[in-house]
Amino acid sequence: MTTLIRFLSRNKPLVGLIVLMAAVAVMSPSFLTVDNLLNILRQTSINAVIAVGMTYVILSGGIDLSVGSVLAFCGAVCAWLVAGDLSIWLAIPLSLLLGAGLGAVNGIVIGTGGVQPFVATLVAMTMLRGATLVFTDGRPITTGTGAAADAFWSVGGGYLLGIPVPVVVAAVVFAVCGLVLTRTRFGRYTYAVGGNEVVARLSGIRVNLEKTTIYALSGLLAALAGVILTARLESAQPTAGAGYELDAIAAVVVGGTSLSGGKGTLFGTLVGALIIGVLNNALNLMDVSSYYQMIAKGAVILLAVLADSRKSS
Amino acid sequence: MAEGVMEPQSGFLLDLQGVGKGFNGVTVLDGVDFRLRAGEVMALIGENGAGKSTLMRIITGIVQPDSASAMTFRGQSVKFTAPRHAIDAGIAMIHQELNLLPHLSVADNIWLGREPRNRLGLIDRGRMRREAKALLERLRQTIDPDRPVGSLSVGQQQMVEIARALSLNAELIIMDEPTDALTDVETAVLFEVIRSLRADGKGIVYISHRLGEIFALCDSVTVLRDGHMVHRGAVADLDEAALIRHMVGRSITDQYPYLPCPAGPERLAVEDLSAEGVNGVSFTAAGGEILGFAGLMGAGRTKLGKAIFGASRLRAGSVRVDGAEVRLRHPRDGVAAGIAYVPEDRKAEGLIQAHSIRTNMSLAALTQLCGPGGVVRQGDERTAVDRFMAAFSVKAHGIGAEVRTLSGGNQQKISLAKALMLSPKVVILDEPTRGVDVGARREIYGLINDLKAKGLCILLMSSDMPELLGLSDRILVMAGGRITGRFGRDEATQEKIMACAIA
Repeated sequence: MTTLIRFLSRNKPLVGLIVLMAAVAVMSPSFLTVDNLLNILRQTSINAVIAVGMTYVILSGGIDLSVGSVLAFCGAVCAWLVAGDLSIWLAIPLSLLLGAGLGAVNGIVIGTGGVQPFVATLVAMTMLRGATLVFTDGRPITTGTGAAADAFWSVGGGYLLGIPVPVVVAAVVFAVCGLVLTRTRFGRYTYAVGGNEVVARLSGIRVNLEKTTIYALSGLLAALAGVILTARLESAQPTAGAGYELDAIAAVVVGGTSLSGGKGTLFGTLVGALIIGVLNNALNLMDVSSYYQMIAKGAVILLAVLADSRKSS
Repeated sequence: MAEGVMEPQSGFLLDLQGVGKGFNGVTVLDGVDFRLRAGEVMALIGENGAGKSTLMRIITGIVQPDSASAMTFRGQSVKFTAPRHAIDAGIAMIHQELNLLPHLSVADNIWLGREPRNRLGLIDRGRMRREAKALLERLRQTIDPDRPVGSLSVGQQQMVEIARALSLNAELIIMDEPTDALTDVETAVLFEVIRSLRADGKGIVYISHRLGEIFALCDSVTVLRDGHMVHRGAVADLDEAALIRHMVGRSITDQYPYLPCPAGPERLAVEDLSAEGVNGVSFTAAGGEILGFAGLMGAGRTKLGKAIFGASRLRAGSVRVDGAEVRLRHPRDGVAAGIAYVPEDRKAEGLIQAHSIRTNMSLAALTQLCGPGGVVRQGDERTAVDRFMAAFSVKAHGIGAEVRTLSGGNQQKISLAKALMLSPKVVILDEPTRGVDVGARREIYGLINDLKAKGLCILLMSSDMPELLGLSDRILVMAGGRITGRFGRDEATQEKIMACAIA
């Protein structure tokens, strides 16, 4: 019992999530149903996958504003490949590789080029949005009706053992990236670079290489989110993912990770993403207009961050 | 201690009596008297850490003294609780690191925050320019007031600082190592300006390590040592040897345990090494030897240490470890070659303050603690960290404790352990006892001697002279990025080292 209390006192966001879910369950009887909960998870999965990469980036002391544009660009390329009836076993890896490559460019501009992460990824965000509009000619790319397209749809809309595929994907991403972050040298170095870059360098860490890898990971996961979104909609929208970077950052911050780097957990990000997902769902169930939803969402983020800053001071 | 009878308080521009100040229980200034007259150039000298900068920070209102001490300025009793008060009273300080905004013009910098306004409330640029020009002419400078400060030489920038001080109607101007970055010609110009300020009745406090300048320029001198004022008098009554004696005259106690070791084979050979702040340095060091590096602040010791480790770009020269040449482009190369560097600044360079003891200690050696796929073998890591925690008797609430919660001595032990986890051949210790209390110092000296006994080659860079003399087998003295003196243990004295350090 005392260990449970200690665990909860160290995981305030989790307490917040539980309280939020209890409150919503009381107010809306349709909230605590299997269908609705799976629905929340599916809706959260895209933001969650992006937020995993964002966690790495923020832990390393950076920020990645380009994820929404990477999502759109890689989603469009993937849709185009699938529409050309390329096997999804090729189309998806190629799209992910593209995302990793775009992220790596961010990392090189930031590390070797010495450009501030905010600026570098803002530039990438703008340029890639433009590139997406050029590539799609401003129109959605549908995946068509080929054999590849059918297989592709299941990535977004299918079920695995009764669980939506995007949820399974997000769960695997969290598990793998969580282990990498806590158990491997790369994870330790990510914390070290964000904790103090000078110390990291003097400890023999190739800081620029680390950053390149971290932003590549963020790009790869943004591309994965793009693939899932495209598959679900059976088409790539040129404006897809706009504003997603802010949702991902919100999930990371609500999860207790410090924007100044070096401190935070992926578990916190998972909880943060779920808080935002539950909140969206609850406000929909209660028929709150989307205008008020934005205000409510902002207020919850502020509350979470205030509670967190109280803890650290 | 201070000679002379109590002088009457009147007649002094600045008169401080019995100033005391401590930080975190360490006394930095103890009962210091400091006074000078209008039209007097007073030298303030002392070793690093003697308390000079703290004294100046008290005079300029940046810090407040602890003990009830009387301070009068221009005949009035004053108490500065903020820098603003001192500036308003007429005290200006020109810091070693100049406080100018490089992208703004000379006139903008001089009038920053006090720009003259015209009737419309807008900045009167014409007046700013005119008055800036007049001030600079008083200093016999022909600098265009519209030029951005960043385009001026360091000497000219200093003149802009002095002009700003004059524009504030400063009666007392404090200069901290003003000639450090100046050429000989610029120094001569500066001296002339200082003499004309003296003729105008300004008081000048001149802080410098360069004894030659003090004899050339100053009227009187105040010497601080370990927070005490140990001498005050006219410069004319002293010679250089006497001044050095006043500065360093401490006695060495047995708190520095020397460990005689048979000289091992040569482990480190540095030849003609040049890097930023390091000019053509050559030396060798053997296993089981402590090679001390003496020098004043900015002499190039830290830069040398970093260059040997690979943390700064080498311009020329070579480094060999156990006979094999090392290519140094990144600290990683130093680590791979068996060179460990323990930085002077634990907060900024040594340890990640907000992270745990465990992750800090294992950070540099992590590769050796990883299995396939870069997975950290956490059991091995724990064992290694626990071993050092016990061997160094670190006091902490477990290895998960954040480093910032530890005392300076314990942090230094973690920093040392972090370097030793690499099983290095050469260890570079940069100010290993800075900010470490006396008890923990003794422990750290013991640890250093243990490494020596194990046949490691140790480079000890320290501004603490007794420590250096007490522990080292040989001592090299640095000044201006070069080695200016080499002494064996038996021939080294504080006076000889100081003479080389200010050469």
